[in-house]
Amino acid sequence: MADKSCELFDAGHRACGGCGAALAARLMLKAAGPESIVVSSTGCMEVFSTPYPETAWKVPWIHSLFENASAVASGIESSLKKQGRKEKVIVMAGDGATFDIGMLCISGAFERGHDITYICYDNEAYMNTGIQRSGATPYDASTTTSPAGSQSFGNKRPKKDMPAILAAHGSPYVATASIAYPNDLLQKVEKALNTVGPTYVQIHVPCCTGWGFEGEQTIAIAKLAIETGLWVNYEMVDGKVTKAKKVVRKPVEEYLKTQKRFRHLFKPKRQDAEIEAIQALADKNAEKYGIDIKIAKKE
Amino acid sequence: MALAIGCRARPGKARDNKTGSWRVFKPIFDHGKCSRCGTCQIICPEGCITEDTEGFFDPDYAYCKGCGMCATECPKDAIAMKQEEK
Amino acid sequence: MLEITEGSMAVAEAVRLCRPQVVSAYPITPQTHIVEALAEMVANGKLDADYITVESEFSALSACLGASAAGSRTYSATTSQGLALMYEVCFNVAGMRLPIVMTIANRAMGAPLSIWNDQQDSISLRDSGWLQFYAEDNQEATDLHYIAYKVAENPAVQLPAMVCFDGFILSHTYEPVDMISQEDADKYLPKFSPKERLDAADPISFGMYATPEYYLEFRYEIDKAVKEAAVAIRAAGAEFGKMFGRDYSALVEGYQLEDAETVIVAMGSICGTVKDTIDEMRKEGKKVGLLKIRVFRPFPSEDVAKALKGAKHVAVLDKNISLGAKGATALEVKDALYGSGIPVYDYIIGLGGRDVRKKDIREVVALAEKGKGDQFIGLRKEVL
Repeated sequence: MADKSCELFDAGHRACGGCGAALAARLMLKAAGPESIVVSSTGCMEVFSTPYPETAWKVPWIHSLFENASAVASGIESSLKKQGRKEKVIVMAGDGATFDIGMLCISGAFERGHDITYICYDNEAYMNTGIQRSGATPYDASTTTSPAGSQSFGNKRPKKDMPAILAAHGSPYVATASIAYPNDLLQKVEKALNTVGPTYVQIHVPCCTGWGFEGEQTIAIAKLAIETGLWVNYEMVDGKVTKAKKVVRKPVEEYLKTQKRFRHLFKPKRQDAEIEAIQALADKNAEKYGIDIKIAKKE
Repeated sequence: MALAIGCRARPGKARDNKTGSWRVFKPIFDHGKCSRCGTCQIICPEGCITEDTEGFFDPDYAYCKGCGMCATECPKDAIAMKQEEK
Repeated sequence: MLEITEGSMAVAEAVRLCRPQVVSAYPITPQTHIVEALAEMVANGKLDADYITVESEFSALSACLGASAAGSRTYSATTSQGLALMYEVCFNVAGMRLPIVMTIANRAMGAPLSIWNDQQDSISLRDSGWLQFYAEDNQEATDLHYIAYKVAENPAVQLPAMVCFDGFILSHTYEPVDMISQEDADKYLPKFSPKERLDAADPISFGMYATPEYYLEFRYEIDKAVKEAAVAIRAAGAEFGKMFGRDYSALVEGYQLEDAETVIVAMGSICGTVKDTIDEMRKEGKKVGLLKIRVFRPFPSEDVAKALKGAKHVAVLDKNISLGAKGATALEVKDALYGSGIPVYDYIIGLGGRDVRKKDIREVVALAEKGKGDQFIGLRKEVL
């Protein structure tokens, strides 16, 4: 068990105030402890944490390119194996680097079964370059490359199901987590680290700058994502969903109206059909993962 | 300081960057209301909230960006965001 | 010990003797025999390495990058399209100053697709910060691997290195090659012990980003390191010569150069054909010579200028072309001879595996002496 009181991510980093990703990095390192080697992809986290000569990382850390963190991690794992060293190899990459440009390398690494832990901090767009659409951008979210306009409601596609893809590669442990529930996040990261083979934890990290809300609301909005069923916290062991967080579900509107990236669904005119479509996505999640708490009717 | 070959660095210099200067609002911690749950310390993205010998918490104002997450999440409303006097 | 062996096998054996801990390579013609041989060695316990069967060349070099940063001696091999796919990682590896050694079985770049030899692939990466060695024959190809690792891992260098040998012409040809023993290889090339590596005992951040306040200085330092690597190359080459009788301390090598009026400048296996042609022409009384360039990066400008001082015509053979301009070697040689008044002519030859014959070399010499150059040699007019 790692010492949870240790801070392996130094203050002085340049993340926005209220950054969900910075919190995710801090928490991930608490679970990992100092005997870790972290591989970061290019992205917000890498940029706000390592402007030469300032680095916030107090563990060995490496950044190579945008799309090759999994391949670099494969090489490190291989090297440590030959040297008889025990440090844990952890990838920390954003959704863009994971779902899109990094697909080649993550597929290869997971197919080969390297003993690495892949943590994806999912803020649902290419944030570092100014909020562009990624394969993780949710349906109807407005980004700069999927903007809402007179001819468009924003992103036309649902989130790519990365956890399922990696479970299909034979990953023994795949989980989703959220900064809304830090202890759950720590447990899942620890479980991923202690499971031999390629494991994956996808952490929901709301981005105040990219989604359009005040930094103080980061945790609250992460909670709403789960409470509306648009994000489900679950675990998959050997490809089967074993545990999903249950909620008393709120209507998706309560989540959507908090963020500027969904404002076009309410102003200038309320878009009932779109909101219903998003509700349907949440309902589908609820059924698929069994997250609804059934409240017994009182006679 | 000589340029590090390969653009590498050992930890430490991030702390030269005093992000407390970014603040517009400052969190004021009221120990009288605090239940010592530790939520603020867990969720601070800067990791700059520390526990004192009595179990109460305080931010390091050299790094606190004033984001307000601690104030929003504190179950006892023991943290208030006040506009900072410059 | 002298063996008749295929070029690829000799290279694979040399790599084995260098004891890489991690091998990560993706198959591509004409390098496949090397990576297959290495896989077999691992499977039979002859090579104690972890062999990563990566999903692309891009991943191959990325995996080597990680392994090297973690403290392992690593190896990869590729060519042509594969090297092009590694383009981004090549700049990254050099910038991060990781001493990876990679064999390039030189092959033409598509389109149009070609599996046959020319040197466009590695030449197109001459900007990347990798040291570049070009082998004339399989003996050189073999020996240059020991030397490449020794130079790359030298603390004064810390740069990746490409050992280039012509695909099919060398890789798939059987030649006598003297293989050194494991004991001698270990003496020449000690264990890889980088001062800095990914290690929880001494945490370091690798691959940080550089603002405009620092980037220029980082590039200056890498350029300096590439240029100053010539010192380490000479030393490693001389030491090899002392131990094994084959001296590689010179970055360029003259053949019948002393009184040559027309000098051919070339790299790689074409030098063999040139030497044979020179022997014939010398018997006919012609004063021709060859300047072989063995190290292309760092480019040995001073050595080239010194060697070509007495020439009346310089004919550069380029198995590559910067489309819209000229061949890379010719441009570098022209730069080295700037101000000397010696005419330098560029001949684009042997692209895409087009066979180069002695008569082609004679044609080049004749053209150079007539003052005609900067053209393709051997164009089939009936096809155009």
